Amino acid sequence: MADLTTHFAGIKSPNPFWLASAPPTDKAYNVERAFRAGWGGVVWKTLGDDPPVVNVSSRYGAIAYGGTRIAGFNNIELITDRPLAINLQEITEVKRKWSDRAMVVSLMVPCDEASWQKILQQVEQTGADGVELNFGCPHGMSERGMGAAVGQVPEYVEMVTRWCKQHSRMPVIVKLTPNVTDIVKAATAAKSGGADAVSLINTITSITSVDLDLMAPTPTVDGKGTHGGYCGPAVKPIALRMVAEIARDGFMRGTPISGIGGIASWRDAAEFIALGAGTVQVCTAAMHHGFRIVDDMIIGLSNWMDGKGYRRIKDFQGAAVPNFVHWDDLNLNYKSIAAINPSLCIKCGKCYAACEDTSHQAIAALRENGARQYRVIDEECVGCNLCAHVCPVDDCITMISYPTGKERLTWKEHPNNPSSPNFTHG
Amino acid sequence: MADAAAPLTLSKDQIIANFADAHPKLGAAQAVVAANRCYFCYDAPCIEACPTEIDIPAFIRGIATGNIAGAAYKILDANILGGSCARVCPTEILCERACVRTAECGEPVDIGALQRVATDWQMAQPLHPFSRAPATGKSIAVIGAGPAGLSCAHGLARLGHDVTVYDAKPKPGGLNEYGIAAYKMADDFAAREVEFLTAIGGISFAYQQRLGDNLHLKELQAKFDAVFIAIGLAGTNRLGIAGEDLPCVRNAVDFIAELRQAADKSALHVPARVIVIGGGNTAIDAATQAKLLGADEVTMLYRRGPKHMSATADEQAWAQTHGVNIRFWAKPLQIQPAGSALSVICENGTFTADLVLKAIGQLFTGAGGEFAAGRIAVDAVYSTQIPGVFAGGDCTPGIDLTVHAVQDGKLAARAIDAFLKA
Repeated sequence: MADLTTHFAGIKSPNPFWLASAPPTDKAYNVERAFRAGWGGVVWKTLGDDPPVVNVSSRYGAIAYGGTRIAGFNNIELITDRPLAINLQEITEVKRKWSDRAMVVSLMVPCDEASWQKILQQVEQTGADGVELNFGCPHGMSERGMGAAVGQVPEYVEMVTRWCKQHSRMPVIVKLTPNVTDIVKAATAAKSGGADAVSLINTITSITSVDLDLMAPTPTVDGKGTHGGYCGPAVKPIALRMVAEIARDGFMRGTPISGIGGIASWRDAAEFIALGAGTVQVCTAAMHHGFRIVDDMIIGLSNWMDGKGYRRIKDFQGAAVPNFVHWDDLNLNYKSIAAINPSLCIKCGKCYAACEDTSHQAIAALRENGARQYRVIDEECVGCNLCAHVCPVDDCITMISYPTGKERLTWKEHPNNPSSPNFTHG
Repeated sequence: MADAAAPLTLSKDQIIANFADAHPKLGAAQAVVAANRCYFCYDAPCIEACPTEIDIPAFIRGIATGNIAGAAYKILDANILGGSCARVCPTEILCERACVRTAECGEPVDIGALQRVATDWQMAQPLHPFSRAPATGKSIAVIGAGPAGLSCAHGLARLGHDVTVYDAKPKPGGLNEYGIAAYKMADDFAAREVEFLTAIGGISFAYQQRLGDNLHLKELQAKFDAVFIAIGLAGTNRLGIAGEDLPCVRNAVDFIAELRQAADKSALHVPARVIVIGGGNTAIDAATQAKLLGADEVTMLYRRGPKHMSATADEQAWAQTHGVNIRFWAKPLQIQPAGSALSVICENGTFTADLVLKAIGQLFTGAGGEFAAGRIAVDAVYSTQIPGVFAGGDCTPGIDLTVHAVQDGKLAARAIDAFLKA
């Protein structure tokens, strides 16, 4: 069985599956249940200064898609609403009981050095393994000059990170907000301030849906709604891209990344790790299904690694990063075309409708002795993949590599590119 | 009915439960899950398999998105008896067999149940979904208030014509009211559906008017601009064997009609042993209902094998799982008294029963000499050889299914409209 132990910025955990700073990690009761279920670590729900914040009712919105609940999830909850002392005491007790698990504490205090210094000292006394700076929360706290209000300004990120490194011996993980144009700038600022690691993404500013009876955004609080933080399976592609951008950045190279965003299975985790993450953090999937999902995550990842011959997480961590290239590094002379396997085809015609209405008219809808036949017109197919995606049957439509006999050619060298040395136009 | 001395073995509550809705309506969440299994196919095979050409993927999408009014409109626009068809169609040999999910995994989209969700919703609304075209001043006689006649009447009313529907029975609905198992049409559905579709206006009824008896084609031709005949099949086939006319040998259609019209089914007495001869839906409905009324032993005798039965495999399984024994390759040769009971003698065995029900098919008898025996011949636009007289449904050649009758009525209404405007 593969060894899932992770060493992340000096923090050890028996597996890479951590619970993200969020409602599931708000108190000892939940965190102990999580540890009993097998989670490798937690990031305790964000602590702030006393007096605690006040939360609203209700707090969550969700997108159901095609009958599937919680394809996307949104919250308007703030940081912990419990007194600081209680949280610190519980963190101390839980860490003492579960010393093999990673205990990271999320923090968010006003943007002045004294506030950070004070809370860091208090957290250090709990025996926690590290802190995560919440520079991402997009609602409620940002209006008070915290959370995303810091994370969106690289200079603030660097400044606060530096304070934290000066006033603490603990590893500092900086949690980044995706609500920026260039995630690498914020990551660079964190590293420049001395961050030991970054984690991303925090939630995305969002309105989940509009209640068309109340005429208000959801979730509604006494007839009104506000923007919240979007997460869940729907945000995974956005998170993967941002993790990969940081992983391939020259300055950031080697900085540990904790991947967050829509992770619900071992496969999701493997994808984040392949793009450079050292650990992954989960929230929505646990809130949807309960803590026991971690069991399949651990066993599934381990089985997959065994099948691939990976013995440790490190063996495949970042393996996909070199293949994440800029568009102008793609081979324009590569061609693939769709092939429909008639013995698997169930005659739903979705490939035809998609190609005929919205693509390249490269599928023929035929009737042979009355029976439906869908066939790719090879000469018209540009290899766009749309038909393979809309086909409901696995492996019925596959993309076949089509030899062009031409050498690799990227946009950088293409004669149509005005900045290419081979530009021939006009 | 039958043997009044037979003990009633089931309580009234049990009988009420036995005759409750065979397939209760899907809940809202179940409907969305079922609807989301539909792939929204291009050139969907299910549409082609539906005799009334309902745009099935489109109505299912309406259910999936919460546009249930749109879903109901699409169904009822193509098939105004969509509620009946959702209950009685053999979907397993029509739309659901054609469903690509059947090819994919053997589990089709639950099209019939989804159709019921939408049509039931519509029928619970206060307003009728269709409006009538401006009045044409034309009037049409529809003879027969079964699925074909009702479908035609609604279609004609929609086109602005006035319709009088005649029926031999005291109530409308035809087979839906008198000839189909009660649990398929629970909660007086046939009557409610007639009420729903006549809410469009312009349709009146005249009951206990039998063509060839107290109703005559010539008179109707004189009184109306056109006539549509949809009188179904009044006759029943005879076995042609000795003992067929003994007491306690009955037609299954009469047994079912009596059962359907009984206000209190627990007041009906069914004897301990019942034999049903035949292999169609009527045989299945008679046998299963006899069992549900409390008969100890119900046996269907069918002269050929399971694949030859006109009742589908699902219907056969329905009967069997409700305790009916089906004896295949059992061709009755003779029925004879056996004490107070009857013996049905077949080549391969003798079966004893207290009641024998015959269900070997129905036939068109010519409506008291108005037509020749055998079915009424019509052309491609439902016209008989008599100008202005149209016909459809079971009394014309073709497949005897409710859904085919509805399609006949729908298309005949268009043909009559074209005839009147010509």
